[in-house]
Amino acid sequence: MKGSVARQAFFTSLPVMAGYIVLGIGFGILLHDAGYGVLWSLAMALLIYAGSMQYVGVSLLAGSASLLTAALTTVMVNARHLFYSVSMLGRYRDAGKYKPYMIFALTDETYSLLCDGETPEGADPNLYRFLVSLFDQCYWVVGCVLGSILGAALPFSTAGIEFSMTALFIASFTQQWLATRDHVPALAGLGASLVCLVLFGPDDFLIPAMVLITLALTILRPRLTRRKGAGQ
Amino acid sequence: MTASNTHAAALVAVMSAVTVLLRFLPFLIFRKGKTPAYIAYLGDVLPQAIIGMLVIYCLKDVSFAAAPYGLPELLSALAVVGLQVWRRNSLVSILSGTAIYMLLIRLF
Repeated sequence: MKGSVARQAFFTSLPVMAGYIVLGIGFGILLHDAGYGVLWSLAMALLIYAGSMQYVGVSLLAGSASLLTAALTTVMVNARHLFYSVSMLGRYRDAGKYKPYMIFALTDETYSLLCDGETPEGADPNLYRFLVSLFDQCYWVVGCVLGSILGAALPFSTAGIEFSMTALFIASFTQQWLATRDHVPALAGLGASLVCLVLFGPDDFLIPAMVLITLALTILRPRLTRRKGAGQ
Repeated sequence: MTASNTHAAALVAVMSAVTVLLRFLPFLIFRKGKTPAYIAYLGDVLPQAIIGMLVIYCLKDVSFAAAPYGLPELLSALAVVGLQVWRRNSLVSILSGTAIYMLLIRLF
């Protein structure tokens, strides 16, 4: 019985496999170029397990950032995870012994696989969600470790590989744009960030941008909620 | 300046602890009952805005005033958007966009 749940979870996780291995390799190479070897890559993949944060983390390590900067940057970059968790409150409520790991491993990609709430018929939904989460992290760990090894072995310059993070965000921005009818939240994010970048400069704009975005979305709430209602 | 091993380990620990805390916090706060409407609204709209912010964050150090005027970034970004609209396959868009960027910075 457990075998078939595992098979179903494996098939569900397949779309994430390629992406995680490739992005993990990109991260491993980047981290290697910053001077940190395979053990650092493994530790970050196991303990942080957040793609974009690990990419940003490379620059924190390379620049020897302060712990406070690291903490605040992590809050800014990963604040969206609060909202993934909020939307999984109901589904994960009775997951029992699987629950702590499922919450720990709730990345963007795992969320996108599990947020529709579908689970295979006859399978224990908690075991199924646990296994999808676990398989995804396995791909990520394999990718990160592979990248570290490749980074040391590749005979050609990998300059420019860091654009994979930019490309990841642009692709996901475009995908969300295509999937939603109301583009005000996306534009608010771009606009507020640009304004803060000009006002505060490249090193200090993230926190003001986050505040301004939250403020703008709070002010726009009556309009956005009404429009959503009218569109349905 | 690269961080020392001790400081690097502390940085990784902080990044890990804060990430874990963010993922667990809603489960600790809303143990029972319904999620407040305002929080649910933010959960709905914030992801799109934050991704927009992260795009700007990645491009924050690009100089449009000096050669090559941000052209490698701009062209690669357009390629990612174009491919995503056309193929709707994030992996293809990311890989091609990165390859184009790596090529462009060697040409310009």
